[in-house]
Amino acid sequence: MCLAFPGMIIGVDGDYARVDFGAGVVRDDINIAELASSVKVGDYVLVHAGYAIQVLDVDEAYNAIRYWEENLMWKCER
Amino acid sequence: MSTNRITLMHGAGGSIMHNLIKDRILGVLKPYMGFEVPLAALDDAGVCNGIVFTTDSYTVKPLFFNGGDIGRLAVSGTVNDIAVIGGKPMALSLALIIEEGFMLDDLDRILASVEHTCKEAGVDIITGDTKVVERGSLDRLIINTSGIGTRNPLLDANLKHVNRDIRWLLDSNIRAGDRIIVSGSIADHGMAVLSAREGYGFASSICSDVRPLNRLIDRALEAGGVVCMKDPTRGGLADLLNTWAERSHVGIMVYEDRIPVKESVRAAASFLGIDPLEVGNEGKVCIATVADRAEHVLAAIRECDEGRDAQIIGEATDLFDVVAMRTVVGGTRIVTRPVGDPVPRIC
Amino acid sequence: MGSTGTASAREVLSRFRDPLLAKAIVERIHEYAEAIDEQLLFMHVCGSHEWSMTHYGIRSLLPSSVEVRAGPGCPVCITPASDIDAMVDLALEGKSILTYGDMSRARGTKGSLLDARAEGGDVRLVYSVHDAVTKARREPDREFVFFAVGFDTTAPPTAYEVLKGIPRNLSLMVSYRYMPPIAGAVLRSSLLGVDGVINPGHSSTITGMKPYYRYFLETMKPQVFCGFEPIDLLLGILMLLRQIRDGKPMLENEYTRSVTWEGNTVAQESMERVFELGDGYLRGVAVVPECGFMLNERYKDIDACTRYSLRRRDTREEFVAGARCGEVILGLCDPPECPLYMKECTPSTPKGPTMVSQEGTCKIWADHGLINSICRL
Repeated sequence: MCLAFPGMIIGVDGDYARVDFGAGVVRDDINIAELASSVKVGDYVLVHAGYAIQVLDVDEAYNAIRYWEENLMWKCER
Repeated sequence: MSTNRITLMHGAGGSIMHNLIKDRILGVLKPYMGFEVPLAALDDAGVCNGIVFTTDSYTVKPLFFNGGDIGRLAVSGTVNDIAVIGGKPMALSLALIIEEGFMLDDLDRILASVEHTCKEAGVDIITGDTKVVERGSLDRLIINTSGIGTRNPLLDANLKHVNRDIRWLLDSNIRAGDRIIVSGSIADHGMAVLSAREGYGFASSICSDVRPLNRLIDRALEAGGVVCMKDPTRGGLADLLNTWAERSHVGIMVYEDRIPVKESVRAAASFLGIDPLEVGNEGKVCIATVADRAEHVLAAIRECDEGRDAQIIGEATDLFDVVAMRTVVGGTRIVTRPVGDPVPRIC
Repeated sequence: MGSTGTASAREVLSRFRDPLLAKAIVERIHEYAEAIDEQLLFMHVCGSHEWSMTHYGIRSLLPSSVEVRAGPGCPVCITPASDIDAMVDLALEGKSILTYGDMSRARGTKGSLLDARAEGGDVRLVYSVHDAVTKARREPDREFVFFAVGFDTTAPPTAYEVLKGIPRNLSLMVSYRYMPPIAGAVLRSSLLGVDGVINPGHSSTITGMKPYYRYFLETMKPQVFCGFEPIDLLLGILMLLRQIRDGKPMLENEYTRSVTWEGNTVAQESMERVFELGDGYLRGVAVVPECGFMLNERYKDIDACTRYSLRRRDTREEFVAGARCGEVILGLCDPPECPLYMKECTPSTPKGPTMVSQEGTCKIWADHGLINSICRL
């Protein structure tokens, strides 16, 4: 029920941040006040309707996808 | 609350608009069927006594956007509608309906853009009209352009490669096996306009693709084998493919990984929850060709600047009668006709 | 090992759409389904999950013994008709309505906000509640009402704006729902008989996995918290099957890059300061206890219901006569079993919320039914 999309923080200004959603698509009024941890430039956040709801754990995403690739795909060619 | 009023959906290029035209407008007008291409064909233009004739009104907001403006849009849209049916655009009319208080420098910018685009397309304004309405009764400016053309001299040679009983490039010409080409990346225009709209706005390098395509279309006809062409404007690729499937009584299978979408357009559409297939284009054309000529037409249009990203994105089939798409992960989904304009989603 | 770097972060995320990995997961799904050799019903409770299931054609990849059905999880579907009717009335009385795009098309018993706009009502679309606050602040002499619909992901931003202070000419029609009890109702329902639930990834990013644990203990049925990329959904389905095959049901997290046990505690705290929980009515389905957010006493003055003395009527005749939307929303009957389906009620002439919404079950069935015929080619 909630569409959220990852974007990279490229600037922080108090409760708000400039976020790049990819290929230079930037919104500069994304609210980051509702996040459990502080954010810095380079972090990836999940944005829903103008508000960041989570700091994405990109290392965790990398480990998860590597696990499944190794676990499921050694059988078929990469 | 009565529901027999016009809503925004009736003009949004989707199924509700199509029903309005088919049931209500065609129902009352009872169009004369004797013309070569009558109103009832509901194609991009009509043809009578060899003259190709079309009309379009332009209400884009904002009037100026990344990559273009309402003036360039008004010329390109009408030139393209003549060219896609197999006409050679000759002359346009230009009707301006201006709100009291409109800035004259903005009008100058728009007229310069009209002039520049006419020269680019090789057409001229032959007639026109100007009206001014009281402040508040119109949002700044509306432009209507109509256009006439004659039979494109390259059309007959093109049709030799098709060997079907075809006079003009109509939406009903497609048969199973024909290939579908798109001339470049989709959704550029719609996302460029949306990026300037308050609330959804975002900064980006996304530019409207608005431009006349009659030169590219000539290259395609020279290559030969073109069965039908159409520009995917309001309602985008999804509306166009459904129109083709409906008018030609065929199914269409397209492949998501072959449909070109710029990375910036994909990112913008994703964060707003919009499907690029439903977003309007103003500088792209879809071309259906007989199977054995698809590669020739593709190579020819890729030589043009406005066709360098062209791709064969699918084919017509008689195994089913809808538009289906093989998705990036190998699944299959139906591409339905959009109901109205794409609207940013939260869910 | 964690040096994914920024550029490669976008690359890592794109691997959640990798066709080769998808193929491998689908093969394993078919393997597990054969080993289990039973007809299985999984349910998700999220409009965005339904959008992804459809957009990527996930159902066409699944074995026939594994069915994934949409439960009550899309605001357009479950927001009560009485709330929509109240907003339509306010629009026609000259108040300026601010609503999310997809909500503008949802129909109450008297039409949608888009219809009200055609009747002369001032209905404006917004992308965020911040957008709504900005519009209200810019026109102080006009009365604005923001239609605050959605679930746990959409409620915290509103709580943030309320705590910061919203302009006096803006009031809120709050119709937020708290998801865990809804998922609990789906798990408990013997009527439905689900074999596992896919929990919504973004709502649970806020609430955390913890509030779902009690429903696991109660039903011992598999639950997986899932992201929204195609690989996320395929992995979620694989995890449910693996739990069933091994006879080890659990609360499993597929969306590890976003969902945690505790969730977003800052967002939870903002919500607790602004909202209170009470019974929530899911349109045409049921009243689910403790799932309806309402403004608490401190903020009653910005509640549109008090400001305009609207009585919240949970009218049962929520749908057009004869329509079975309520049963479809809860997955109790398939759209073709509804007498109006694809007759009076079609995608372009929707009569009920499940046909209006892009993620509504009937809208999906209107398209989906055809996919099966195509996939069999």
